[in-house]
Amino acid sequence: MMRRSGFVLTMLAFGYAFLYVPIILLIIYSFNESRLVTVWGGWSTKWYVGLLHNQQMLSAAWLSLRIAALSATISVILGTMAGMAMARFGRFKGRTLFGGMITAPLVMPEVITGLSLLLLFVSLEQLIGWPEGRGMTTITIAHVTFTMAFVAVIVQSRLVSLDESIEEAAMDLGARPAKIFFVITLPIISPAIVSGWLLAFTLSLDDLVIASFVSGPASTTLPMVIFSSVRLGVTPEINALATIIVAIVTTGIIAAGVIMARQERIRRIDEQMASASNA
Amino acid sequence: MSQPASSLKTSSSRRLLSRFGLSGRGLVVLVPYVWLLLFFLIPFAIVLKISFAEADIAIPPYTALLDWAEGGMLTVKLNFASFMFLLTDSLYAVAYLNSLKIAFVSTVLCLLLGYPMAYGIAKAPASWRGPLLMLIILPFWTSFLIRVYAWIGILKQEGLLNNFLIWLGVIDTPLNILYTDVSIYIGIVYSYLPFMILPLYATLEKLDDTLLEAAADLGARPVKAFLAVTLPLSMPGIVAGSLLVFIPAVGEFVIPSLLGGPNTLMIGAVLWNEFFSNRDWPVASAVAIALLLFLVVPIMLFQYFQEKQQEAAKQ
Repeated sequence: MMRRSGFVLTMLAFGYAFLYVPIILLIIYSFNESRLVTVWGGWSTKWYVGLLHNQQMLSAAWLSLRIAALSATISVILGTMAGMAMARFGRFKGRTLFGGMITAPLVMPEVITGLSLLLLFVSLEQLIGWPEGRGMTTITIAHVTFTMAFVAVIVQSRLVSLDESIEEAAMDLGARPAKIFFVITLPIISPAIVSGWLLAFTLSLDDLVIASFVSGPASTTLPMVIFSSVRLGVTPEINALATIIVAIVTTGIIAAGVIMARQERIRRIDEQMASASNA
Repeated sequence: MSQPASSLKTSSSRRLLSRFGLSGRGLVVLVPYVWLLLFFLIPFAIVLKISFAEADIAIPPYTALLDWAEGGMLTVKLNFASFMFLLTDSLYAVAYLNSLKIAFVSTVLCLLLGYPMAYGIAKAPASWRGPLLMLIILPFWTSFLIRVYAWIGILKQEGLLNNFLIWLGVIDTPLNILYTDVSIYIGIVYSYLPFMILPLYATLEKLDDTLLEAAADLGARPVKAFLAVTLPLSMPGIVAGSLLVFIPAVGEFVIPSLLGGPNTLMIGAVLWNEFFSNRDWPVASAVAIALLLFLVVPIMLFQYFQEKQQEAAKQ
């Protein structure tokens, strides 16, 4: 028994090291004075300064952030509707196809999604004149389509694991479905919605392949800029950018975790007080 | 004051909806349904259509499939040239087989590393599980592109790994890892490991420890108990995790194009080049359709398991 848990511990240590060492090295070398990524030339913040003056990078980052915020918001609305339908509506007409269209984007290779959406946009433009050219609108639509599947699955599994009796009680008391959703269901699934939004936001911010297919000449997103500069060679400026992204993401996740833990604690205290007053 | 006004508005909008035979509930299904039909399903039909077209110097660069012939007859011109091209040029067959091989090996490697990790997390003290799981998910939130890029600096000939190994005295001459199959395996395992661990953890965590105790009481040794009890019961997690790694890995583009070399052809990169460099839309579409045919069975398997899991959670 001892030997096996030793094996598991070794694999855990190796696995976590495997996941984190590259990121830590990336951060350390973003402060490297030398342009050569593999030679340590002393501490410096010059690559961060360089990043601030890289106009192309900054405007691409701004475009990516706007697309990510917009597509995550639309995706959360559509994904929550889809998750509700899958978890609460039982059998409805076309449910199998609907379920398939929700799970397939989770695993569909990005090159296929990107190519098929581009061909759709081109055909639509020929047919009805919309969308006029490609750019922020088409990238946003593409991102909503593949991220809403993730939101739907998160919301669905939260709903499925939930007790339906509170919603049923509200229904028995005569509350209308919309009211039940906004007063009871929405607050309970709000953690799932928050993590769905964050996930959709990062997936959109991160996407290179789909955006490359459906973007136009005037809309270059941040991953597209990173990819073309990485292809030319390793530059410490990308390391600096990576460090900033890691810092923002870590802060955001920890903040979201703390807020959600606090809300959960308040909810639990409320429940205890409610059950205490009942007793 | 606002209360009656808003209820008036909702009731009138509901009347409007019901005139079209829709309830609010129907709308909740309809809106995402229409979106997915339009932007997920119909595009595949268009890809299929264009794969049967002929490349043309035009905007868009392919010929029309439907044509009004002389006598007003609608003729369909199906052109199999793109598919024939895939069959005759061995580049495509090599790329498909290589992609399947790389995806399969990476999936097995992910499983070999991910299973003990998921097992370790599931068996850790309850207060540790949350943070340990968080640490698995955290890298997934940082840019995928940048995490793949990080490996270039590590695996290069004069990179950090080689420098480290030479400094240790393990090797004399730098290893050639970057731009080979090995670097692609490392890249895929690194990027997709969380997708393997999360479903595995979900099944292992639910596992009833009393079953293992019963096996031990009956005289089974730990290894036997693991093979007879834990492994079969964690099968749903193994299948879900493997499909979550395998299917996207087959069509992976970023990892082979950054970490792979000229000898590590993968179909995702071939499709990309066909489209962006050669501007041959019909052949790119044919490549996509053929790739989809390879993946139809795994994708349907994945859906089946996903559905079953949601139903199991309900009970």
